[in-house]
Amino acid sequence: MLILTCPCCGVTGEETEFHAGGEAHLKRFGPGSSEDQFEEYLFMRENPKGVHFERWRHVNGCGKWFHAARNTVTLEVYGTYAAQTHEPPADLRDKITEKVPGWTWREFQ
Amino acid sequence: MKRYSAFAIAREAVRHHTGWDRAWRDAQPKKKYDVIIVGAGGHGLATAFYLGKNFGITNVAILEKGWLGGGNTGRNTTIIRSNYLQDPSAAIYEKSRSLYETMSQDLNYNVMFSPRGVIMLAQTQHEVRGYLRTAHANALQGVKTEFIGPQKVKELVPIINIDGPRYPVLGGLYQARGGTARHDAVAWGYARACSDMGMDVIQRCEVTGVRTEGGKIKGVDTSRGPIDCDKLGGVVAGHSGHLCDMAGFRLPIESVALQALVSEPIKPCMDVVIMANTVHGYMSQSDKGEMVIGGGTDGYNNYTQRGSFHHIEETVRALVETFPMVSRLKMLRQWGGIVDVTGDRSPILSKTPVEGMFINCGWGTGGFKAIPGSGWAMAELMAKGHAPLTDEFSMHRFREGKFIDESVAAGVAH
Repeated sequence: MLILTCPCCGVTGEETEFHAGGEAHLKRFGPGSSEDQFEEYLFMRENPKGVHFERWRHVNGCGKWFHAARNTVTLEVYGTYAAQTHEPPADLRDKITEKVPGWTWREFQ
Repeated sequence: MKRYSAFAIAREAVRHHTGWDRAWRDAQPKKKYDVIIVGAGGHGLATAFYLGKNFGITNVAILEKGWLGGGNTGRNTTIIRSNYLQDPSAAIYEKSRSLYETMSQDLNYNVMFSPRGVIMLAQTQHEVRGYLRTAHANALQGVKTEFIGPQKVKELVPIINIDGPRYPVLGGLYQARGGTARHDAVAWGYARACSDMGMDVIQRCEVTGVRTEGGKIKGVDTSRGPIDCDKLGGVVAGHSGHLCDMAGFRLPIESVALQALVSEPIKPCMDVVIMANTVHGYMSQSDKGEMVIGGGTDGYNNYTQRGSFHHIEETVRALVETFPMVSRLKMLRQWGGIVDVTGDRSPILSKTPVEGMFINCGWGTGGFKAIPGSGWAMAELMAKGHAPLTDEFSMHRFREGKFIDESVAAGVAH
């Protein structure tokens, strides 16, 4: 059972209080994009064995979206952060590096 | 290989069972093979088996990082059916179901295939319409199914509660020739047959790298040294994305945990397989008497082979409503497997951007029923470069928008 803290309302709850929303920081592509870009955007999900960044929603709470950094092998939640960002915050990335040296996720490390 | 038979049992009985051979050799890796299959689960072993049986390719190694059939092959709820909506799915799953019928004879290994019938319950008007459509599609595809009313469901499954309260049973899609089989035996039977053809089934041999040269496959690095090959088949379910990362390309796959559980053994009470997709649960009774129960997947990517506790609760809650008598049962064991789910919930059997490397994955929550058909088709694809059954299951279908929209059938139980 994951324990997540909603960065919007500050409530810490079990995963049943939240809903997973898939991969974080997607780059969106629309008309005019190449087929590669559009396929990547729609279907090519990151599926790492290790550090992963996701969107979550506090459905049975404040209802707001936010981001979470999580490990798909140990199920450790490294931290959560606001939805209004295009990349994980530096302090969270440092914290993950302490625990998982050399991790990479898309262009982040 | 000594054949298993009633005579063999009698012979061994009189000599204190000293004459049984190992079912398969504990092979050591050679330097080079014509074909390497990564993953000795059902699909990988079936692929190797049909490469040998249908195409005479026997210089084959099947590499397994753990033990044989210890992944999803040994973790599923053993349901076999082929009542799919779309033509490409019905074709490969029906091929598979028909191969199950003769599998025990083909492998000389009792896989305990039990065509006891599968009913997918319709518990909303939408499901009634959906399953009527599937039944009609199946008629055109030559897959024998029928839509049955609630009274007929009750006749077939006396322990079911068809009157609701929340989700009354309005009917069901019934495939009388579906059923179950012994999952471990499927892996063991294929492994024995492969080993008998001279193939090497190599356990505790983890692939740590995929070597390519000029876009062509060269071989793999493993925990037991490098091995060269002309063709590589990746059949590793939940770890497909991981394997393809090593080969340098990406797959439209996400890995999630799917779990199942069994109850304490009870006397025979239900001789069909019941799937209730609206309430997320499916159940059958094993030959040992345990009720085998499966439910939904976790909502987020993971590789833990456990599954969340609250999903068990949801599944069991749904089943208690549909089968009131199970409320008094104790649950014995629970386990999880990592399933590989694609964007359209249909599998991928495909060539890859690496020449000579093939991938068979994306079976998601419903791979067991497809084992022989998938192996049959994958073997043809690997041997000849194309196969009618795999044409529609290319990994490039997402780019082209040619989805096989089975998510109706596969989003939950499978």
